[in-house]
Amino acid sequence: MTDSPAGVIHDIGYRKYDGPRLGRGRVTRALYAHSLRGAYGLGRSARAKVLPMLLLGVMCIPAFVIAVIANVASGVTTELVLPYSRYVVVTQGILTIFVAAQAPASLSRDLRFKTVPLYFSRPLERSDYVLAKFGALTTALFLLIAAPLLIMYIGALLAELPAGRETGDLLLALLGAVIFSAVFAGVGLVIASLTARRGFGVAAIITVFALSFAAVSALQGIIRYEVDDPTLAGWLGLLSPITLADGFQTWVLDASSSAVAPPPGATGGVVFVLVTFAVIGACWALLNLRYRKVAVS
Amino acid sequence: MNATVVRLTYRALLGGRRAWLLLLMSVLLLAMAVLLRVTVGVDHQVTADFLGAVAVAALVPLFGLIVGTGVIGPEIDDGSIVYLLSKPISRPRIILSKFAVAAVGTVLFAAVPTFVAGLVMSGTAGRIALGFGAAALVASVAYSAIFLLLSVVTRHAVVYGLAYALIWEGLLGSFVPGARTLSVQQWSLSLTEAISTRDLVSSDVRLAVAGVLLAVVIVGATWYAGQRLRVLSLAGEE
Repeated sequence: MTDSPAGVIHDIGYRKYDGPRLGRGRVTRALYAHSLRGAYGLGRSARAKVLPMLLLGVMCIPAFVIAVIANVASGVTTELVLPYSRYVVVTQGILTIFVAAQAPASLSRDLRFKTVPLYFSRPLERSDYVLAKFGALTTALFLLIAAPLLIMYIGALLAELPAGRETGDLLLALLGAVIFSAVFAGVGLVIASLTARRGFGVAAIITVFALSFAAVSALQGIIRYEVDDPTLAGWLGLLSPITLADGFQTWVLDASSSAVAPPPGATGGVVFVLVTFAVIGACWALLNLRYRKVAVS
Repeated sequence: MNATVVRLTYRALLGGRRAWLLLLMSVLLLAMAVLLRVTVGVDHQVTADFLGAVAVAALVPLFGLIVGTGVIGPEIDDGSIVYLLSKPISRPRIILSKFAVAAVGTVLFAAVPTFVAGLVMSGTAGRIALGFGAAALVASVAYSAIFLLLSVVTRHAVVYGLAYALIWEGLLGSFVPGARTLSVQQWSLSLTEAISTRDLVSSDVRLAVAGVLLAVVIVGATWYAGQRLRVLSLAGEE
């Protein structure tokens, strides 16, 4: 009994990590991939997948119908019922819901569960975090827009519409989709980053997008047709993110406008383009400003 | 109803900056009304278009959504509803108290500004302001009841509520005529049609049908929310 040592420290096998340590770039990329997957509920619970997948499905149904119509009526018409570039504005409600649901899911939980300070204790810089989140939501939105456009494109090719023209139109619409995605993601994320409560974030984003779009569309309609002042009506389009991005693609990509009144003339077009970029830039700057100091509230 | 629940809900809903943010939206509506009055002058068709598209189709549903889910959603979200549920107050009574706050809140912030905007734009002519005010009033109460029920049923109440307001009433309503008969917006507009003496609005639903449906929805949603709160299970985040 006396031969056992008095105090033994057992070796329970802890080891130092001596593999390669990946730097900032890799952390940012990992966070980007995680956020992008998270936007579609991948890697999250089944309940988190329901909504994004449902929205993706709803987004694709009209495109599918358009593709079918193009094939059935291929003898009658040589065009799609709805041009690619107008698809986003017609389905803007779905995009608004997606942003409202996923922007707070991406940011608010990090704030609420105080994981942001943990991120920043790694080699990750503030701007890397913003870049990863902004990029991820933009990509997620872009995929949401691109999927139905591709369905329409395949439908158009099957209906033997002129391939060259369709490809050109599609590429322009995809370029417009990038701008739409960036504007939506930027505005949504700025609002979401201000609150740690998911519910408030969702409500605030919805209010900004839906109310501004409804108000601007109604005012545009009244001023254009009742007052008969298309120029003023066109300028009003600057006041809602949706009509703003629509004006951008109307002017730069020569798309057919879906807003009640398109941007007025050449000056108007240039202003719309500048304001679009200014909005995206301002969202980027505001997010960086927001995360310079993370006061956990 | 329970006075304490009402007081606590009211403070959670409108305490701090939140009341000002909500008020900002109402003021925005009034500002647009004044702007139109100044630029367009008195034009009853403009009044009807504006109030129909901005107030009844956007502002009232959005307020109903934010306020209706706001009275109970955050509590369910962070789990603090258990402290309320553990008190000896019956669940339907809790719902009734919350519903009262939501309905009054939506009426004050959305229906009253709609009425005032109508007065600003058209005065008392043709009872247009009264018609839209009444429509906004019943729609406020109905939306509050529906969205309160929704937030007891699901954690994503705001999102599904928005899907109803935007996709069902907005998108589908403009393509599928049948969807319009089952829409709070059309039910309330039938009231405008009945009250206003000018022929500016047309609803797809007859007044009697709309009245019955509204009553059924308001009472039914509130009753069912009470039943659902009795069996509420608290899930974790996600």
